[in-house]
Amino acid sequence: MATVTLKNLKKSFGKTDVIHGVDIDIQDGEFIVIVGPSGCGKSTLLRMVAGLETVTSGEVQIDGKTVNDVEPMDRDIAMVFQNYALYPHMSVFDNMAYGLKIARVGKPEIAERVQNAAKLLQLEPYLQRKPRELSGGQRQRVAMGRAIVRKPAVFLFDEPLSNLDAKLRVQMRLEIKALQRELGVTALYVTHDQVEAMTMADRMIVMNGGVADQIGKPLEVYADPATEFVAGFIGSPPTNFFDGALIGDQSGRIGVRPEHIRLSDTGILQATVGYAEALGAETLVHLRAEDGSQITVRQDAALPIPSEGETRALTWDTAHVMRFHENGVRL
Amino acid sequence: MEKRVTFKGIWLPLLLVLPQILVTAIFFFYPAGQAIWQSLFIPDPFGLSMQWVGLGNFEFLLSDRFYRASFLTTAIFSILVTVVSMGVALYLAVLADRLIKGSGTYRTLLIWPYAVAPAVAGVLWLFMFNTRVGVVTWYLGALGYDWNHVLNEGEAMGLVVVASAWGRISYNFLFFLAGLQAIPKSVIEAAAIDGARFWTRFRTIVWPLLSPTTFFLLVVNIIYAFFETFGVIHTITSGGPQQATTILVYKVYSDGFVGQDLGSSAAQSVILLVIVSILTVVQFKYIERRVHY
Repeated sequence: MATVTLKNLKKSFGKTDVIHGVDIDIQDGEFIVIVGPSGCGKSTLLRMVAGLETVTSGEVQIDGKTVNDVEPMDRDIAMVFQNYALYPHMSVFDNMAYGLKIARVGKPEIAERVQNAAKLLQLEPYLQRKPRELSGGQRQRVAMGRAIVRKPAVFLFDEPLSNLDAKLRVQMRLEIKALQRELGVTALYVTHDQVEAMTMADRMIVMNGGVADQIGKPLEVYADPATEFVAGFIGSPPTNFFDGALIGDQSGRIGVRPEHIRLSDTGILQATVGYAEALGAETLVHLRAEDGSQITVRQDAALPIPSEGETRALTWDTAHVMRFHENGVRL
Repeated sequence: MEKRVTFKGIWLPLLLVLPQILVTAIFFFYPAGQAIWQSLFIPDPFGLSMQWVGLGNFEFLLSDRFYRASFLTTAIFSILVTVVSMGVALYLAVLADRLIKGSGTYRTLLIWPYAVAPAVAGVLWLFMFNTRVGVVTWYLGALGYDWNHVLNEGEAMGLVVVASAWGRISYNFLFFLAGLQAIPKSVIEAAAIDGARFWTRFRTIVWPLLSPTTFFLLVVNIIYAFFETFGVIHTITSGGPQQATTILVYKVYSDGFVGQDLGSSAAQSVILLVIVSILTVVQFKYIERRVHY
């Protein structure tokens, strides 16, 4: 159990700055998701907390203690890697027991703790198998188990679900969240999948080009994005953007979420219907405005699907309009 | 899907494998057959006549104490060469693996000795340790140590081992480095987070994961020490002093071409052939199974 504090944390590789100063206070037991596109510095940020990357400037504190120069093994953390990083020559049991053996925990206690973790993760039948004899989901669980048995103060996850298929991903993300709640351990979770961020996070950090664009609760970030990047990255399908000039508004860029736009006969904007994707519960209608901007409308499946080539008017509640400065900052 | 090339006739495929078969036949099967045939005779020193002796050459060899001593010499020599060349190579590879800057230069420089022919390497070391003009000998003398590998059997063995292992370090280094770099970085990082410090990580993670490479090098190096070190021994000690560095393959040469006992020489090469076949089969059949994870 621990708090984690990052103070103006920066990282450069040679002359390239990859993290431009991140500040956050993470509460004990909080689940923080760091989300962003590839190359935004999210994994580097996590690796600095783990101690696998050196800190260029700023501070990493775990439980109020600065750990910038503390070795990974002395930080009381556990990490789950994207490729699981299991020891290929050891059985599942030995993989999970490795850290405990090094810490010179007694044999009966090791057996008990590994058994408990295996039970929690439904790995009991596989304890004597080698990692190569397991499926992707099972390997993922072993990696989790290895983290759990050591009872660390902080869990670090580096895109742990990106190697799994879509169905398993949904299942595992629920399991990870449930497990973290049950154990009450502080967790930092890196992902590029905004759905994982929305569903798992107590708070999320949206990273963009080495900068934390926004830190907040998922629904707050969704409803009130701080930048054009955040508005575009969080939410699927993404927010529609177009120049204010298109609707006679001079204030920079306009953003409206697909679910807030309705097709009607008279409206704010005229657009030509392109392709419509009927997903069953809802329909995504893709349209093109006069200036070429692509606009997606998300409507209930019960509503009629417009035919291709038709020109329709679009309307929305002005309360849902988000205005952005040319540099991306919300006005 | 595997795509196989199929031939209509028999002649084209035959033609394609012919060069390989010819090379093997001329340089391996023919001499090997000759050796086996000759091992059953005692020719006179001028090669004018041959006398059939059956397994007489073998019977004589196995009861010859010099030949049995040569077995022991070979065992000591090949174990030392293998251990020294692999040990040093592994140490250098571990260091190079941790290097971030300049690893390319370091690697290139370490590979160079491999390009030096064994006989040339032998001469290089011979000059450095020459009992009269050698640089190393002079410095050792200044320190009060009287180096003389021409008279001292231990020193002679030490010198041929070092000279043989030296050129081999490059080769082993390359394989060890490739082996180390094939271990996923995240596995090492996971072990570091699990609390393992450098030496523990090496012992419990790196070394076991490296074992297929180590096993391969073990086989290759033993075979190297058995056969390809001839040039080094020939230039530095010529098997001396008092046969202290006469390994089996050198004895084949010295008994046959210096001692003119071609029948015994042929019998010795047959024995060597059998030993190496057994060694290889044993290693691949039994030991290889245990190194796979």
